[in-house]
Amino acid sequence: MSNRATNLLVPIISVLLGLLVGAIIMVVSGYSPIEGYVALWNGIFGDLYTIGETLRQITPYLLAGLAVAFAFRSGLFNIGVEGQLIVGWFAAAYVGVAVELPKIIHLPLALLAAVVAGALWGFVPGLLKAKFRVHEVIVTIMMNYIALHTTNALIRTVSGGGDRTESIFESASLRSEFFQNLTDFSRLHYGIFIALAMVAVMWFILEKTTLGFELKAVGFNQNASEYAGMNVNKNIILAMVISGAFAGLGGAMEALGTFEYVSSKGGFTGIGFDGIAVALLGMNTPLGVVFGASLFGSLKYGALNMPNEAGIPVEIVEIVIAVIIFFVASGYIIRLFLLRAANKKEAK
Amino acid sequence: MIKRKFGLGLSLMLAAGTMLAACGSEEDTSTENTGNGGDSGEATEESSNISVAMVTDVGGIDDKSFNQSAWEGLQKFGEENGLEEGDGGYAYLTSTSDADYTTNLNNLARRDFDVVYGIGALMQGAVEEIASQQEEQQFAIIDEVVELPNVASVMFKEQEGAFLAGVAAALMTETGKVGFVGGMEIPVIERFEAGFKAGVEAADPSVEVDSQYTGAFDKAELGKTTANRMYSGGADIVFHAAGGTGNGVFTEAKERKEADPEANIWVIGVDADQYDEGQIGDQNVTMTSVLKGVEMAVIEIAEKTQAGEFPGGETTVYGLAEDGIGLADSRGAIPEDVMTQIEDFKQQIIDGEIEVPETVE
Repeated sequence: MSNRATNLLVPIISVLLGLLVGAIIMVVSGYSPIEGYVALWNGIFGDLYTIGETLRQITPYLLAGLAVAFAFRSGLFNIGVEGQLIVGWFAAAYVGVAVELPKIIHLPLALLAAVVAGALWGFVPGLLKAKFRVHEVIVTIMMNYIALHTTNALIRTVSGGGDRTESIFESASLRSEFFQNLTDFSRLHYGIFIALAMVAVMWFILEKTTLGFELKAVGFNQNASEYAGMNVNKNIILAMVISGAFAGLGGAMEALGTFEYVSSKGGFTGIGFDGIAVALLGMNTPLGVVFGASLFGSLKYGALNMPNEAGIPVEIVEIVIAVIIFFVASGYIIRLFLLRAANKKEAK
Repeated sequence: MIKRKFGLGLSLMLAAGTMLAACGSEEDTSTENTGNGGDSGEATEESSNISVAMVTDVGGIDDKSFNQSAWEGLQKFGEENGLEEGDGGYAYLTSTSDADYTTNLNNLARRDFDVVYGIGALMQGAVEEIASQQEEQQFAIIDEVVELPNVASVMFKEQEGAFLAGVAAALMTETGKVGFVGGMEIPVIERFEAGFKAGVEAADPSVEVDSQYTGAFDKAELGKTTANRMYSGGADIVFHAAGGTGNGVFTEAKERKEADPEANIWVIGVDADQYDEGQIGDQNVTMTSVLKGVEMAVIEIAEKTQAGEFPGGETTVYGLAEDGIGLADSRGAIPEDVMTQIEDFKQQIIDGEIEVPETVE
């Protein structure tokens, strides 16, 4: 079988298999898979409102995915995207409520605050990794908890004992009246453009700059990079800082676009962790992240409509969505299977 | 071999084709259905029956406390008025994260329910946003105030019920130490804590209160470890105001009771009568529960709406005096003489002689 045919067949088969197994699960638990998938489809593309909300959901996934992918390319496993996103969320919301400035200054300032906060949260594990070889996975996981509970405490202080900050000033908001009118009051905001711009930025850094070349080299082989005269430690720190900055910006999307405030959280948002899957689905390339985030965001958002329209319990819906993503992610197995079959045939 | 593989590919394509085709045709009928749904909605309005729906927070309708009470309220209202679950009757949607609140509220509003409830303080921002966009739709929120003409707000004086729980705990403890396990550190839960502490203080100032927040409403394992620490630290009665997290407090207490049936280990439940949660063999660790009349409040708003008096823009406050807050039947766990003292305090609160603080000093 030709290579091209395999490339085309693999994603199609994996999605179909995912849908099929998901359907079986629905049938076994006594629900109609057709109704379920129609509800899923309508939940994603049903009307302008859902399309707007789907895009809104994709926005933070894009940035979280970029953050994970960027670190991955430098050979680092950034599990701390969640925490970096939370501090970015808080920082942007804080700047949004603390001062009132002209939009042209206020909005960039709020975004910058999120970037700096996220970068700082990425800098600490980067520094520890570079200087003391502390594994970044441990540090970033722990930094997630620090981020969660520190921001909760800060929110209490800022709001005077409440559980959420005031809504941000209009001048810091990413919301757009144009989008709201277009999509029947969905929460779609200009952040989607920022996220897409960051996709281009990541591509540019990785493919067109010396820095990107060095980062990738460090990712492939640290010893070889060092031998070639690159400063490995500097590159590790930089990779984590940039990764954290992407994640912080993802938090700003929630702070300035989706919610327009920050509220204390009982647990993680999950966006950062899903970002890991988004990055891996997209094979850690900028364009791949766009596909990964679109798939993840659409399924996550569309799934909300399954209990609503088809009456399927949330738990079943979560299993079905997980199964679909599982099969998409296992594309490699299907590819292997196809290759084996092809080889066997040739042997004969 | 090559033929066989092509056969497989072909059948896969066929399967895909039929599935997609099925999707297409089903889609048509489903749009028709929604059309019908709208019609039947109008029909029910004519018969003066209203439809009600609610959005849960992340706890879900089986959290054995807050959300569950609200859902039971809707079910009861539905049964009394001959409604069916679904469009034009009563329904719920579960939120899996904060970002889902607005979507779920919006989805229910679009399905033409007459009143859409946001259950829980965490939903305030979302209710405010959707209610200001959809001015024709009636909303209700529990535990927070949204100042909009199309939102009915319901608040509870949790501190009054917690005060009585504090009195009960202070009079019943044998170790002189009791515990409080909170969920997230938000004003609602702080009212429970403040009331509980004030109650203990009023009944027996020498009793020590160990107060801990777990930071979550849906983490039973955290509730269990926190309760473990408290019981190990000498507390014998733990009051929880932590939703699903509190289920872990029950688990811990039951394990201790099972290991040593003679142990003096008690839990005070919250929101609903949690007697069933505390059952272990033929013993029970639930001393009593602080009842919060979410169910009653939900029904009352629905009934008022049905009568054409939707309390939009108003805030209804339920306390001991309104019977919106109270203690559950202890089923003999609390002896008669202690009960009389609790009743005494209750009367004083109702008469306004005791003002229970809302925040911890």
